[in-house]
Amino acid sequence: MSTPLIQTRELVKYFNTRRGPLHAVDHVNITISRGETLGVVGESGCGKSTLGRTILRLLEPTSGEILYNGENIVGYSQKQMKEMRKKMQIIFQDPFTSLNPRMSVSEIIAEPMITTRTHGSHGERLDRVYHLMETVGLAERFINSYPHELDGGRRQRIGIARALSVDPEFIVCDEPVSALDVSIQAQILNLMMDLQDEMGLTYLFVTHNLSVIKHISDNIAVMYLGQCVEFAPTSELFANPQHPYTRALLNAIPIASLKHRKKLEIIKGEVTSPINPKPGCRFADRCPYAEDRCREDGLALKEGAPGHFVACRLHE
Amino acid sequence: MSEKLLEIKNLHVMYKTDEDDVYALNGIDLDLDKGETLGLVGETGAGKTTIALSILKLLPERTGFITQGEILFEGRDVVNMKEEEMRMLRGNDISMIFADPMSALNPLHTVGKQIAEVIELHNTGMSHGEIEKKVDEMMELVGIPAERKTEYPHQFSGGMRQRIVIAIALSCTPRLLLADEPTTALDVTIQAQVLKMMDDLKERLNTAMIMITHDLGVVAQICNKVAIIYAGEIVEYGKIEDIYEGERHHPYTVGLFGSIPDITSNAERLTPIDGLMPDPTKPIPGCRFADRCPSCMDICSRKSPGMVNFDGHQIKCFLYESGEEN
Repeated sequence: MSTPLIQTRELVKYFNTRRGPLHAVDHVNITISRGETLGVVGESGCGKSTLGRTILRLLEPTSGEILYNGENIVGYSQKQMKEMRKKMQIIFQDPFTSLNPRMSVSEIIAEPMITTRTHGSHGERLDRVYHLMETVGLAERFINSYPHELDGGRRQRIGIARALSVDPEFIVCDEPVSALDVSIQAQILNLMMDLQDEMGLTYLFVTHNLSVIKHISDNIAVMYLGQCVEFAPTSELFANPQHPYTRALLNAIPIASLKHRKKLEIIKGEVTSPINPKPGCRFADRCPYAEDRCREDGLALKEGAPGHFVACRLHE
Repeated sequence: MSEKLLEIKNLHVMYKTDEDDVYALNGIDLDLDKGETLGLVGETGAGKTTIALSILKLLPERTGFITQGEILFEGRDVVNMKEEEMRMLRGNDISMIFADPMSALNPLHTVGKQIAEVIELHNTGMSHGEIEKKVDEMMELVGIPAERKTEYPHQFSGGMRQRIVIAIALSCTPRLLLADEPTTALDVTIQAQVLKMMDDLKERLNTAMIMITHDLGVVAQICNKVAIIYAGEIVEYGKIEDIYEGERHHPYTVGLFGSIPDITSNAERLTPIDGLMPDPTKPIPGCRFADRCPSCMDICSRKSPGMVNFDGHQIKCFLYESGEEN
């Protein structure tokens, strides 16, 4: 088996708060093969964005390993990380706040090439900006526009062009389509899938939208309160969801068809605080099947069907 | 005729700014019966919220104007209603839920006080004890223990805040509820809880509702009529079965459905609508969707299509107007 491009081992990120450590990412193990997309799905506050950012070391991990092509990058120096950043990029959720309002489109797209010192001369960079704009479907006439002059879909295209400017291998996509209207969302999703085919990109795709994630991912990791509760190939996860939370999540999606007009299955309660969480399964308080043993420590992802991992006492 | 709760006829709304005149609504026709739920579906900038604000006459002063058309609520003309009368209508007969539950609540007052305020304003003469009792009742109705009425908005989660906003909106048992993206800011499991609750309350209180949303899934769950709105016009209108299962559709509706990644199918690629919504500052002679339409014909850019009616299922498109050019 070839080395996966990205692998995390017992990755932990805690934030210190006055009330104690906030468990944003708690012993997460994920694997992404080259050229594939891992979808990370969960509700707000489950740590999915933190996971993406920690893998890029935009946030320092509390403990655990991040393997890039088999090499642990957690111990890398600033200088080594700078080299790595050419290979790993990020696309942000909000195309309104992630672009500097004082920079023109060409300046924004060219900036990573300047900071990483690739594509040396001004002329070379400009050529590349034109090329990238064409790649992401931005008309040339916008090259000197400022972000506020453009709509959300076009701004998100700038964000994508910026991420592509240094020829990365791996891109963390942090809810890249959530702020967009559905018709524009579909354009951007298609674009991202085309780019992946052409350039062999590897994505970590963070979103709360299960329909989007089903569409774009090869594998899916479901997160709940900092922990990965289920990890499986996309079709397997949708056909055969194991964890009660995954099932609740799937049942809560309103579907645009009258055939599926159903009594939405509702799980009671809300997400509890990630600060000093109780031992055992974090979903236990909302879970309709919870038993006493669910509240005991030592829960881990276990492989049920091949490639299908689930962290639930009921499946042990 | 008399049972019509709300009728909107040929409504035109314009926003006047120093630079441009924005044609926000261009001839909207709608009606709603008691207890019905209408879904208003469209993208950002289509004019969905403007419709709701027009009904309440809350368009921004000095920039938003109703330039033409009628809004009748229980037969009463809203457009020319005096401000004092309007104030009694708002909250009492028609109320509104906004998209963002954080900015809709006052952070400096307890939630109990904010619910009480509405009850007090619309029921002069109610004693303090009665008001408090009503507040408790409303809190329980939306599924929050009444003891929590002394807490402030920041102490609640997003889903609970939205429940409080709903409690405020329903506290005077309005006959019409305008819900502007009420679940957009919520997580799916919480969205499911809130939608379920709204559906139950609607049944119990027999409130009519206009649900503004861009989510066709939400509409399928809760509405019985749907209006698809594009660039300030209703392009398709009908019963929920017409829109979701009918054979004939406006090309924009087809595009909207094609753009949603469908969780029940395994389609490889989405079929989005190319291009963007037209600039609302420029009047358009023909069909507003013509530029983006895959089945655009010669006539479409020259003449504006009329509504074609198939037994109440209305589509504004030349595809269905039987070749009566000129």
